[in-house]
Amino acid sequence: MNVQVEPAKLKAKDFASDQEVRWCPGCGDYAILKAVQMALANMGAEPDNTVFVSGIGCAARFPYYMATYGFHTIHGRAPAVASGVKLANPDLDVWIVSGDGDSLSIGGNHLLHVLRRNMDVQFLLFNNEIYGLTKGQYSPTSRVGQKSPSTPQGSVDAPVDACTFALGCNARFVARGIDIQAKDLGHVFTRARDHKGASFVEIIQNCIVFNDDAFAHFTEKSVAKETQIHVAHGEKLIYGAESNKGLRIKPGSFELEAVTIGENGITEDDILVHDETNKVLASLLVAMKPPSMPVALGVIYCDPAPSYEQAVKDQVEAAKAKGLGDMDTLLRSGSTWTVS
Amino acid sequence: MNLQTDPSKGDGADGVQMSEADTDSIVVRFAGDSGDGVQLLGGQFAQATALDHNSLATFPDFPAEIRAPIGTTYGVSAFQIKFGSRMIKTSGDSPDVLVALNPAALKVNYKDLRTGGLIILDAGSFTERNLKKAGFDVDPREDGTLGGHRTIEIDISSLTLEATKPFDVTQKEALRGKNMWTLGLIYWMYDRSTDATEKFVAGKFGADSAVAQANIAALKAGHAYGETAEVSGDIQQTRVAEVEFAPGEYRLVTGAEALSWGLVAGCQLAGIDMTFCSYPITPSSPILHILSRLKNFGVTTFQAEDEIAAACSAIGASYAGNMGITASSGPGIALKTEAIGLAISTELPLVIVNTQRAGPSTGLPTKTEQSDLFLSVWGRNGDAPMVVLSAKSPSDCFETGIEAVRLATKYMTPVFLLSDGYIANAAEPWLIPSLSDYKPFPVSYRSEAEGFQPFSRDDETLARPWVKPGTPGLTHRIGGIEKADGSGNISYDPENHQRMTDLRTNKIAGIAKDIPAQAVELGNEGGKLAVVGWGSTFGPINRAVANMRDAGLDVAHIHIRNLWPLPENLIDLLGKFENVLVAEMNNGQMLTFLRSQTRQDIDGHLKVTGQPLTIKEVEDAIRARVQN
Ligand SMILES: Cc1ncc(C[n+]2csc(CCOP(=O)(O)OP(=O)(O)O)c2C)c(N)n1
Ligand code: SF4
Ligand SMILES: [Mg+2]
Repeated sequence: MNVQVEPAKLKAKDFASDQEVRWCPGCGDYAILKAVQMALANMGAEPDNTVFVSGIGCAARFPYYMATYGFHTIHGRAPAVASGVKLANPDLDVWIVSGDGDSLSIGGNHLLHVLRRNMDVQFLLFNNEIYGLTKGQYSPTSRVGQKSPSTPQGSVDAPVDACTFALGCNARFVARGIDIQAKDLGHVFTRARDHKGASFVEIIQNCIVFNDDAFAHFTEKSVAKETQIHVAHGEKLIYGAESNKGLRIKPGSFELEAVTIGENGITEDDILVHDETNKVLASLLVAMKPPSMPVALGVIYCDPAPSYEQAVKDQVEAAKAKGLGDMDTLLRSGSTWTVS
Repeated sequence: MNLQTDPSKGDGADGVQMSEADTDSIVVRFAGDSGDGVQLLGGQFAQATALDHNSLATFPDFPAEIRAPIGTTYGVSAFQIKFGSRMIKTSGDSPDVLVALNPAALKVNYKDLRTGGLIILDAGSFTERNLKKAGFDVDPREDGTLGGHRTIEIDISSLTLEATKPFDVTQKEALRGKNMWTLGLIYWMYDRSTDATEKFVAGKFGADSAVAQANIAALKAGHAYGETAEVSGDIQQTRVAEVEFAPGEYRLVTGAEALSWGLVAGCQLAGIDMTFCSYPITPSSPILHILSRLKNFGVTTFQAEDEIAAACSAIGASYAGNMGITASSGPGIALKTEAIGLAISTELPLVIVNTQRAGPSTGLPTKTEQSDLFLSVWGRNGDAPMVVLSAKSPSDCFETGIEAVRLATKYMTPVFLLSDGYIANAAEPWLIPSLSDYKPFPVSYRSEAEGFQPFSRDDETLARPWVKPGTPGLTHRIGGIEKADGSGNISYDPENHQRMTDLRTNKIAGIAKDIPAQAVELGNEGGKLAVVGWGSTFGPINRAVANMRDAGLDVAHIHIRNLWPLPENLIDLLGKFENVLVAEMNNGQMLTFLRSQTRQDIDGHLKVTGQPLTIKEVEDAIRARVQN
């Protein structure tokens, strides 16, 4: 049982299980796995108290590779299973790992509800804009025109933006990262874990086999600085190789505008300061797309509210405080009569 | 004694065989518009009947629409009660008395009345408009439609208005007292006290409120109406003798109540907290409502976003070490099947309560049926065995609820617990048990790290260890992919899959040793005919077999509670009968199931009308197969 000795600080590899990782060589999932293991080690997380729950898909194999408790469930339903875990034991640190198909197609309903209820879990959505495990069909996040085995002429349905969806579900924490940016991911994971309530993290993930370079137009080193903006609460929304680009409200409109400091009379004072508690700003930020706008990364929205399982537990405790239930009394409640 | 006895009473078939509709029991059906408060009326009458120490069984039968257009036949709500001075096993075949609060209620119900039965109707509601709405071209009181019955017309509507005049209530509120007026009259007819109902009304509306006073005035007026013989000898007062109940404390209990309490009791005996996850659906919802008020028993209830989430969150709760339970009906159960497969594969405890209703698809949401046997035993992808239990009566739901928790936790398996719409809503007197009557079955979680393997097995039960996440040193991963025997790691090995399939099968099959042997409810262990039933058909089959045995026929009643695994001796037992007849409320599921298990030539009496089996039809089915 719990022996009271100062635990030796764990390393990333202490969070790796003994199972051979079976993603395709070069898959973005490897980098995310490493980033999660590293972040957990840095946060001082306890493997014994950590649970990874997943649905089905390449991404969903994740729990098998973690030296924590893990439950690989069924397609789309991880948020529901995780909700049960959290309701039964709110003290557990529960992480959900899911793909874009798993969480926005078959499991869209459960994602909606775990977010709006504000269950205290971390939801990691690995978005590769494709169904990896079933060999490359287009997904709900694939852009119009995506060619795939099921859409040989290109897909015709409009995609959903994961973070916009999450905000629409009233998620109180929305962040975005890129598989290969381990350090930034680590920061986001730490914030997500610290946030009490549902934390939604979209991770841009490259599927090297079925959708290679789908995000190259903003993840490639050569363009990254000009196409990504890493937001930080209280800091100016500035980006660009020379840190001379920024976001402002386009005068006379409700839109964001990418501007260059020093051009057209724009000064640093014109640039917006990031306020992660501002939902309107968050919804504008998550919707930005290259080439006209940079992709927003980091903690875009964080505005805590009471978490669901805590409120449920409070009700149970309040009921218990009024007197523990007694079965024999319960069975005799209401009208009874005695035969002698 | 029933003073109202009419010698022509009985099952009418040949005038000799008395069905349960005989002198020591009475069947009354109340029927009215769904806004008329018929269910409340029936519930109150049942309480008063129980307090007078009569045995009873009830059958609430309501429409799927909450408030169908007033006066229509599809908006008719009914409540039937059978009570008597001997043990009552069903809510009765055909009513002796029908109380119809409007023409539509008469239209829907008069054909069920026994020949020579009594109809009491609210004449005030028999307007031309209401007659038309009910689909009567001619007033049935005038064209001989009701011939063969005695009819008493009372203008209940205006008598109620009259009685409630002194109180400050609107006309609409006053008319709602119609059910109370009627209840008062019926109380007088069966010599029951109005006290309990007066208390109930005062408690519900506040003793000083005008609504309460108006309702009580209506109740008393109905009672006085009977007393002052304004009915001019048409209705006589009847006193039904007390039943010789075994000593002890009793209450009325519905299946939904007993089932909810049984599950809580099961968790107490197991020493674990319950996480109950469900999505509203008729007729399952009352369980969610009842359990949500029992938080002080360590019960957490979760209204999930759908039935899939309900099943999955219950599995998550079990994984975390609680007793995960989910409940639904009809289409909701269909939605849970994939998740149940996950619980089978990961070998986690789970109880799935199925309050069956008529299907397929939406079917008849408020009507009863037992047509989910195949779904329960066989309805999953892959070879996916699990335990299936069924409850036979409202009070039996308590025992079955406990047993479901016991088997789920002891064997680390999902358990289907089948109830149905009839059992869930019906009430019966119940000799209240004490928790100390039951042997505790405390669960144990694995905490020993040394030698731990997630899929090692107990030698005796073949159950795998239950480990709560959070336990130091026991981190492991489970999932729906095939697991290597022992280690639980993903395994695609062909022989391993065969071995794991066999293990899962044998684990469930072995439970047959841990359940009671199949008994014969009535009759001998062999003979000419066994009538086999399961679930809520227990009452009518049992009474029918008893009656036929009294008439000298060689017939036995076998009631199967454990649907999977079957009791070890069942197949041999059935083989000892020349003929086996399955009587069930579906199109032949137990019939097909038993044929497949026994290879015996079994016969069926099958009915899917959304109504319970009647004693008479089972008697007829028996007579068609055995003679003296
Ligand atoms: C009920 C059900 N339907 C379909 C499947 C097949 N299936 C498995 S994974 C998957 C899509 C996975 O895509 P995504 O969630 O994006 O994960 P990825 O593989 O891309 O990481 C599908 C359709 C399944 N396992 N279960
Ligand atoms: S198919 Fe794509 S997402 Fe799946 S493991 Fe391979 S590279 Fe990764
Ligand atoms: Mg994907």
